[in-house]
Amino acid sequence: MSDLDIFRLETRAWLEANCPAEMREPMRDESDACWGGRGAVFKNEAQKRWMDVMAERGWTVPDWPKDYGGGGLSPAETKILRQEMARIGARNPLMSFGISMLGPALLKYGREEQKKRFLPEIARGEIRWCQGYSEPNAGSDLASLQTKCEEAHDEEWGDHWLVNGQKVWTSYADKADWIFCLVRTDFQAPKHKGISFLLFDMATPGVSTRPILLISGNSPFCETFFDDVKVPKDQVVGEVNKGWDVAKYLLGHEREMISGMGLGGQTGSLGEALVESLGRDESGRLADPVLRADIARFDVDAMAFRAMSERFIDELKVGMAHPAQPSMMKYAGTELNKARHELVMAAGGSGALEWESDRSRKGKSAREWLRTKANSIEGGTSEVQLGIIAKRILDLPGA
Amino acid sequence: MPLYLTEDQAMLRDTARQLMADEGSVAGQLRKYRDMDCKDGFGHALWKQLAELGFTGILIDEAEGGLGLGHVEAGIVLEEIGRNLTPSPFLISAVAVVEALKGTPHAARWFPGILSGDTVAALAVDEGPKHRPEAIAMRAERAGNGFRLTGRKQFVVQGASADVIVVAARSDEGVTLFAVEKEAKGLDVEGVRLVDSSIGARLDFQGVEVNSDAVIGEVGGGEALLSRVLDAGRAGAASEMVGLGSAAMGMTVDYLKQRKQFGRLIGEFQTLQHRAAHLYSELEIARSAAIKAQQLLDEGSPEAEAMVCVAKAKAGRASTLAVQEGVQMHGGIGMTDEYDIGLYMKRDRALNELFGDSNYHSDKLARMKGY
Repeated sequence: MSDLDIFRLETRAWLEANCPAEMREPMRDESDACWGGRGAVFKNEAQKRWMDVMAERGWTVPDWPKDYGGGGLSPAETKILRQEMARIGARNPLMSFGISMLGPALLKYGREEQKKRFLPEIARGEIRWCQGYSEPNAGSDLASLQTKCEEAHDEEWGDHWLVNGQKVWTSYADKADWIFCLVRTDFQAPKHKGISFLLFDMATPGVSTRPILLISGNSPFCETFFDDVKVPKDQVVGEVNKGWDVAKYLLGHEREMISGMGLGGQTGSLGEALVESLGRDESGRLADPVLRADIARFDVDAMAFRAMSERFIDELKVGMAHPAQPSMMKYAGTELNKARHELVMAAGGSGALEWESDRSRKGKSAREWLRTKANSIEGGTSEVQLGIIAKRILDLPGA
Repeated sequence: MPLYLTEDQAMLRDTARQLMADEGSVAGQLRKYRDMDCKDGFGHALWKQLAELGFTGILIDEAEGGLGLGHVEAGIVLEEIGRNLTPSPFLISAVAVVEALKGTPHAARWFPGILSGDTVAALAVDEGPKHRPEAIAMRAERAGNGFRLTGRKQFVVQGASADVIVVAARSDEGVTLFAVEKEAKGLDVEGVRLVDSSIGARLDFQGVEVNSDAVIGEVGGGEALLSRVLDAGRAGAASEMVGLGSAAMGMTVDYLKQRKQFGRLIGEFQTLQHRAAHLYSELEIARSAAIKAQQLLDEGSPEAEAMVCVAKAKAGRASTLAVQEGVQMHGGIGMTDEYDIGLYMKRDRALNELFGDSNYHSDKLARMKGY
């Protein structure tokens, strides 16, 4: 038996023994996700226990080095862990922008003391992070951001940064403990060359947030305001004015994360899931033949994309993926997710229109459908991704 | 298994890529045999060359003189064949028919010729214009020491050139596969040139008598075997279409970087950039599906059949998108016979029909998933 086979058996046994039964049930909605943080709200005891036992083993971030709270697993071992978790339907123990976005950037660009300080508490789910990127006038053209960060000095803080400006579409800013934020430290330089990557505590005086009510009726995003926010000098990641490199690297990871949404966290077929609402004809097929054909094509696309995700992750781990491939994954994954929810709405018919009833679980289908429309906007629109693929992968000329 | 090529597989790809680009090129093979109105529609010399390199034995066990490799490796060769539209018996003879005869007494009879490149084999399944293997009607009646075969087959690729034809017929016991030699009495073969310049055949079995040893596997046990044979062919065809689509995209993207209109390269236009980028994305996804299906086939996984449906359906759609965008983005020149892009469009159409099109496989997947 190979080492990997042994690892698989041990992992399977450990998961069987340690993953609570409640954490093997499919997530019903976003409130089932565990985000950790200083003010963590756990839905039940099992959710907390699952996060804690996984964190203790370093398996909230299985492929990070052990020194920073990770599991120190190889790519092959990480893949096995994920397969074994999927086998029993184990939920993600910890949803975290710290894990999916900031962590990889810190591992690559952070100074040793920054890694030691921030990574273990990310791995343990102790600090919840949010991302300060977009601004009212810097959306697709992110590098034109204007949040001002200047050097300042006073008696209480000594030398420090002084931040003024506004961010928008800051996911869960009202629930986050810290922010990783793009700020402009040089207003004279070309736009990509005057940006720095700054970390600071959301409890700092001068930070305020305002949730934005979306078409889904929910408010996952905020406007975030900085009014003379003072930040210690050592909280810049990478070099001052070179934050765009960190930002781009992190965007790659963000796109990977969003592309994963195309799988909808589900491994089954959509058609199978929609039998109940659509019903069958005499031959046992879905009752609406045209919709059935669309759903079947979707299932082909979804299963093919799942294979693509697997290949992408395999290639990424050994450095074989094209650096712009996350743009392709983000584009394809989010368009797929939107298509999925269009089909769910079509299959649900008027039942899926209900917005508040318990029958509709408070409009779950409709709200999720609306939520997915943001997938191809956030983290860089589909059009931005297509432009990146065209220029960086296909090497087409710039306009 | 990771979903990227191992070192050995990458070497195989490099060898196949070089060979197909040189010897198997559109000018060197497809156009040459088309323009000389060749009755086979492919070159025997290249088939021999593939044999000498061991390619025709990729799926044949080492003990029987083959390379003992798998569907992933066959797919690697087929992707290169697809890139160059190389007319070749590889997919049918070295993949589908080898899968059919593997482990049966027929292997000893036919594998040496396939390994040496002297034998061409064909597979006769379709009876109407669409692929419906579930509805095979050709009769196999018990007669003397064997069976009498009656019925018609069509779209038998390389059927007019084949030394042996694997035929699916229905006996009282159920679907049964037979290995029928080309000289069989009562077998009428009509070679027909298809849109892609390949030669398909219509076969008319007018009470063809075969011995019982012509049966492949069990009498009445042909359904599972046929399904396995077809899946091998479908996964291979998916790779061929991925190769075809990738080459069509490559030609098109190159053209976008050369052609000027309105005083600039047309590749600068965002409308074309986005369509090209979308196409890239679809082809990458199709390639992943094909490799995944082949890995599952090689593992003997119960999930392989569904993934083969996905691979054939997805690769078919991606490849069709590639040739349609290819011809459109080439503009007028894409409509000329002199330019290759139109040849890609023709081959794509034929490969889509082969072993069931994208609609067939989407529907089959839905049935397998219980809806």
